[in-house]
Amino acid sequence: MTNLELQRHANEVRKGIVSAVHSAKAGHPGGSLSAADIFTFLYFEEMNIDPKNPKMENRDRFVLSKGHTAPGLYSTLANRGYFPVEDLLTLRKLGSYLQGHPDMKHIPGVDMSSGSLGQGISAAVGMALGGKMDKKDYRVYTLLGDGEIQEGQVWEASMFAGHRKLDNLVVIVDNNGLQIDGKIEDVCSPYPIDKKFEAFNFHVINIDAHNFDEIRAAFKEARETKGQPSAIIAKSTKGKGVSFMENNAGWHGKAPNDEEYAQAMKDLEAIDETLKKAGEN
Amino acid sequence: MSDVKIATRESYGNALVELGAKNENVVVLDADLAGATKTGTFKKAYPDRFIDCGIAECNMMGIAAGLATVGKIPFASSFAMFASGRAFEQVRNSIGYPKLNVKIGATHAGITVGEDGATHQCNEDIALMREIPGMVVMVPADDIEAKAAVMAAAEHEGPVYLRFGRAACGLVNDFPGYKFEIGKGTVLKDGKDVSIIATGVCVEQSLKAAEALKAKGIDAEVINICTIKPIDKDLIIKTAKKTGKVVTVEEHSVIGGLGSAVCDVLSEECPTKVKKIGINDVFGESGSAGALLAKYGLDADGIAKSVEQFLS
Repeated sequence: MTNLELQRHANEVRKGIVSAVHSAKAGHPGGSLSAADIFTFLYFEEMNIDPKNPKMENRDRFVLSKGHTAPGLYSTLANRGYFPVEDLLTLRKLGSYLQGHPDMKHIPGVDMSSGSLGQGISAAVGMALGGKMDKKDYRVYTLLGDGEIQEGQVWEASMFAGHRKLDNLVVIVDNNGLQIDGKIEDVCSPYPIDKKFEAFNFHVINIDAHNFDEIRAAFKEARETKGQPSAIIAKSTKGKGVSFMENNAGWHGKAPNDEEYAQAMKDLEAIDETLKKAGEN
Repeated sequence: MSDVKIATRESYGNALVELGAKNENVVVLDADLAGATKTGTFKKAYPDRFIDCGIAECNMMGIAAGLATVGKIPFASSFAMFASGRAFEQVRNSIGYPKLNVKIGATHAGITVGEDGATHQCNEDIALMREIPGMVVMVPADDIEAKAAVMAAAEHEGPVYLRFGRAACGLVNDFPGYKFEIGKGTVLKDGKDVSIIATGVCVEQSLKAAEALKAKGIDAEVINICTIKPIDKDLIIKTAKKTGKVVTVEEHSVIGGLGSAVCDVLSEECPTKVKKIGINDVFGESGSAGALLAKYGLDADGIAKSVEQFLS
């Protein structure tokens, strides 16, 4: 898939995020938008998956350790064909299968229930370990927030993954720099993130989370890395794509009102136009 | 009762080896306590299926969850304090909520941990684990039941919490026709004056107490409840209707354990006066298992005295 195609998909994913959170009147748009390009690349390019057969035995697995950004995952799954895009508007509503945080029991394509921070990475490590034990060639991807890595369990899991040389595991840190209470370096700095993962015997790759050339190269490098797990530290912009949400911690867990929603969609439609023109050139 | 004495943690280790031979999907995880939890016997037999997670119980529960999603039957092992206490939220959210097929083997439960003292004596795990929707909670009373419970847990699809003890205890299920079933209690001694419902190591002590009571003219019925959740409602109601007086015995807090589970059943279906014998909302202390059982009124003598008092 070309970068332009990926960008178009990512923009659709972003529209789905904003629409779902607006409809739910609650949810986490900021960290969903910052990870939208990563989500898109994983599900449209990188992972061996089949939306028509979500439980395919040898599929690659994805665990959304930063589970509050479920709108990002759901919008990607919907746009990839796991379930109807219209269903995104039922997010967080009573009776909907689209729970506030990922629920593997009811949502096609969700490989692990998650949401309590720090726990998803351990499950991903378990999946990767199981693959190694059975000599299967599926790969496991897990996405963490940069605030989430303040949880001690992340480092328990990382120590184990490095120790067991789980080269079928890729940990991605969405480094948007903001958590609920403010800048991560003001709240309780996890920096330097790359050096920490290196110390836990990871192969570390630093990238721009919104540059598909860099994303593509990073996942390729991870796939080619043998004997150790990989960590991709993806420097991102929280709220990416929606002007007034960008780099604003206030949009971590808040839904846009009708007016803000209209503005957000206008921003994303403008991106569509830009991409359309880029396609014509 | 025979003279054989074996700790249920020992039975756990032996049962795992037996299970490992039968089912290649069984994997065992531990957090640097293989010698004490007795999973070391499994490690020796099946080193490729033994996973030492190091001293990181929360991560161990998550790894077990991940392994379950790819078809393994993980037995995650640690002391009850850490398996149910430290890792409670991991058990709840990563195992319970997605209803994953993880078995938690929790050893060194209750006051009989002994000399290590209060920090390691978990008297709260039954309460914690039975709160989790879908979690099966079992507390085997002896070697025979411990092995049977491990086998049944492996057959059961979904999360199971198995509670084992550190101290050696005698056999109570060495009778002809013994059959184990999740959710079924057993009448070990018929009686008409009072029902003693016990679990774990306290079953042996309760049987001994019943003998002592017999000499005083009290005919106690003794019931072994291994599965605290789902609990054998029918049997509890039946015995309560028969004797009209119920005593529960456990090396666990009287808040939230077997006693509470029995009261939950009886208060709704057959209001009966119940005396709960257990740890009375206090922390434990160092001492030998036997001395602690005696101090906290959980040995045969203490149980007999409480029952007598309750009936008078």
